[in-house]
Amino acid sequence: MSNETMQMERDFDFEIVMGLEVHVELHTKSKIFCGCTTEFGGDQNTHVCPVCLGLPGVLPVLNKQVVDYAMKAGLALNCEIAEFSKFDRKNYFYPDLPKAYQVSQYDLPIAKDGYLDIEVGGNPKRIGITRVHMEEDAGKLVHGGAANLAGAEYSLADYNRTGVPLIEIVSEPDIRSIEEAVAYLERLKSILEYTEVSDCKMEQGSLRCDANVSLRPWGQKEFGTKAELKNMNSFKALQRALEYEVERQAEILREGGKILQETRMWDEAKGMTISLRSKEEAHDYRYFPEPDLVPLVISREWVDRVKATLPEMPHIRKERLVHSYGLPAYDAGIITGSKAMADYFDSACKAFGVDTPAGVEVADDKAKERAKQISNYMMGELTRLLNASEFGYSNSPVTPENLVGLLQLLEAGTISTKIAKTVFEDMFASGKPAKAIVEEKGLVQISDEGAIASIVRDILTANPSVVADFKAGKEKAMGFLVGQAMKATKGKANPGLVNKLLKEELEKM
Amino acid sequence: MKLYTKKAHELHDLLVNKEISAAELVRAQAERIEAAEPKVQAFITRTFDDAMAQAAKVDAKIAAGEAIGPLEGIPMALKDNMCTDGVRTTCASKILHNFVPPYDATVVTKLKEAGAILMGKCNMDEFAMGSSTENSRFFATRNPWDIERVPGGSSGGSAAAVAAGQAVFTLGSDTGGSIRQPAAFCGVVGMKPTYGAVSRFGLVAFASSLDQIGPFTRDVRDNARVMNAIAGYDLKDSTSAPVDYPDYEALLGQSVKGWRVGLPKEYFGEGIGPEVKAVIEKAVKVLEGLGAEIGECSLPHTEYALPVYYLIAPAEASSNLARYDGVRYGYRSEEAPDLNTMFKKTRAEGFGEEVKRRIMLGTYALSSGYYDAYYLKAQKVRTLIKGDFDQAFEKFDVLLSPTSPTVAFKFGDRTDNPLQMYLSDICTLSVNLAGIPALNINAGFANGLPVGLQLMGKAFDEAKLLQLAYAYEQATGCHSQTPDLGV
Ligand SMILES: [Zn+2]
Repeated sequence: MSNETMQMERDFDFEIVMGLEVHVELHTKSKIFCGCTTEFGGDQNTHVCPVCLGLPGVLPVLNKQVVDYAMKAGLALNCEIAEFSKFDRKNYFYPDLPKAYQVSQYDLPIAKDGYLDIEVGGNPKRIGITRVHMEEDAGKLVHGGAANLAGAEYSLADYNRTGVPLIEIVSEPDIRSIEEAVAYLERLKSILEYTEVSDCKMEQGSLRCDANVSLRPWGQKEFGTKAELKNMNSFKALQRALEYEVERQAEILREGGKILQETRMWDEAKGMTISLRSKEEAHDYRYFPEPDLVPLVISREWVDRVKATLPEMPHIRKERLVHSYGLPAYDAGIITGSKAMADYFDSACKAFGVDTPAGVEVADDKAKERAKQISNYMMGELTRLLNASEFGYSNSPVTPENLVGLLQLLEAGTISTKIAKTVFEDMFASGKPAKAIVEEKGLVQISDEGAIASIVRDILTANPSVVADFKAGKEKAMGFLVGQAMKATKGKANPGLVNKLLKEELEKM
Repeated sequence: MKLYTKKAHELHDLLVNKEISAAELVRAQAERIEAAEPKVQAFITRTFDDAMAQAAKVDAKIAAGEAIGPLEGIPMALKDNMCTDGVRTTCASKILHNFVPPYDATVVTKLKEAGAILMGKCNMDEFAMGSSTENSRFFATRNPWDIERVPGGSSGGSAAAVAAGQAVFTLGSDTGGSIRQPAAFCGVVGMKPTYGAVSRFGLVAFASSLDQIGPFTRDVRDNARVMNAIAGYDLKDSTSAPVDYPDYEALLGQSVKGWRVGLPKEYFGEGIGPEVKAVIEKAVKVLEGLGAEIGECSLPHTEYALPVYYLIAPAEASSNLARYDGVRYGYRSEEAPDLNTMFKKTRAEGFGEEVKRRIMLGTYALSSGYYDAYYLKAQKVRTLIKGDFDQAFEKFDVLLSPTSPTVAFKFGDRTDNPLQMYLSDICTLSVNLAGIPALNINAGFANGLPVGLQLMGKAFDEAKLLQLAYAYEQATGCHSQTPDLGV
């Protein structure tokens, strides 16, 4: 037993066993079996045709781009791509499902037996991926007079989303803590963003997560009875739902009770999981091979073609940032956690003239310092402003080139660090380059010794009591005097010069 | 001139030679439909106004000296399970009684492009489930040879319309014999093409892996002509076959001397009526006289065709018909207080007995715990049945059998006993399970009723079936008779 496990054993009286099932909407142009657009939104029932509406007599035609994307995701998750796979019908009645069956992949998925590496508290761990399969999304119901179908006065169906391609990624029950579950989902999201098969927007439902959760006494080999959790629409919801569910099951087990095998729904408002249906009430989906589609045969060449489109994966990119620019591993991890952020960093490095071929370390410390500057600004100011806005790294109002423009002004001493912060906020709000803002507002740093010396002398003359304090050994008085000088120059005085000249003048007195 | 007895190729010549106009032809066709309809009842929907407008266009083309295609201006009708843009498509079901598709089936598009003129939509067993057209939720169609007898099914309306002169040709669909058996009962030519030869896009699905569209005609040449128009690869149907399709009509008239024709002994067993057997044996003699080499063969898994069919077809149907839930189109029960009751009542009221029986059979066969024993096992046996044919075709070019064990039966004879009704199809089911083509032609008559002869071929060997049938037809003149409806 590792130290870590022993630590956990002390913390909690059961071992947690979890597996995640993640549904991801593929960002293809058209739907999986028809030519309708997959665009999010749009007036109700405008992105539809007889095929996705399942009108009598229509037939599906598989969109090859969906196969490409599913394969790409499978390869990025280190899966084996099946030479022969097929589609099946999953039959059930619901008004959002116009054919009363969902076309999915049952026993022969396109990809299987992969893995994904995560890190929790500095410890690496490998989580197995059981399978990745393709399927079609259902529509959306809007209920009148109630939140759910039960109790609604009426319900309206919107089929815009019907037939949007999905992949379902099923993990092995390898996850042993809530932190691991969150880390798994974060890493999965990051990898999928890198492959660009999905925009992974949880709030728009393009990434949805279900979890199988069970507990067992430490040391027991067999799995406990699991509950399947649904409807967790954010990382926070996943975390809260798992915390609730683990505690719920633990309480039952502590009291000698039995866990029921059931499907439970996370209720965000109530902050609890609620039983949806028991094992006995589970649907019999009557899966059988979809007779309207022919089996999917994937050649080696096809796989190779898709493999060639895989981008540099996050962990490789992280190593590159550490090796080439000497970034701390933590910083590199955050930057490469999202492809858009990592792309931003690379573009900025290029604009700052410090880009370097993969695997090559940048030549000098100055280049490393510049990369560090970029990284610091991104992880600090830029991320803060982006998080508070509707923008992201892919469409940041401050472009990588403009960020570098600001850093260049700093490097040249044209503006002070303090002014830079204000300028940056202006840049974010207006989208203008730093130079334009600095010139417009006259924010150029005053580095003229004569000018600053005269200001310093004025301040000393105006504050004799403070000067006396300083002479009496009160170091704080210095801070006040610097502040006065900065105030007098609206923050534009070079703080180094102010310090130096103040000391010189005080010594003279 | 009785235009309604004429074939498409004869009418084409009359149009080209300006002996008749398309408008005259369509008008005469409409009159014939109305005259025969009180006795035959083949049509659910008539589209005469559109037909007249189409005819005017064809006449304008002829007047302008433009060439017309082989089916241009020819009046035809469709089984009411093929979607027609703007024209009600009911599947003879209450649940689709008001369904108007916003699109054409691929076969409809192709026939429109060929200039054929739609006169209406034909009656059928509800959702193509049945062998007598008695399962139509609207009315029963009668056999033009004896209106106290059934026309066969499920494409009974399409077969009767051609026999009664109500259309020059029609299309039907065949899932287990639904083209060939009514063609046999009505004494017309009916082709069930190879699975994948004719697009299923727009054909309201019964059993997706078995359904296939094909033509009813008054002679073999017309059948080849319609096949030319409708066969071919279709991007909208993933199960459609990307192969080269021949000019079926151009291949007619060749000698069949030395062709090896196999008689599967399982198709001549106990269940076959003696009057049918006698006519078929006579027909075999005719072929022998034309130089064909006749031999016996065996399709040993034939006895399993019926159970296999009644697992696979209902299983697929149970899923295909699940979409008729009253939510989006078609019939909806108005008395439901909640969603599940709405589903249940809509389907209970909207579907007829036979459809419900098959949905239940299929749902059961696919249920968890039964899937392996029923559906999966049936698929395995299906492979064996296909293997039987592969072996037989190593020795024979074409296989020959009766199409139906009996001639047309009387109304109500088999409605109380579903199993008895299912047995009507024992000669035709295996062909659908194997996916191969088969053709019915009229072999002769027994007690004034037509007896059908079935020719079965290798996948995509429709041309051979048509050639052999054409030789038989030329030798016997069996296609020249028309039932006398007294109208
Ligand atoms: Zn669509």
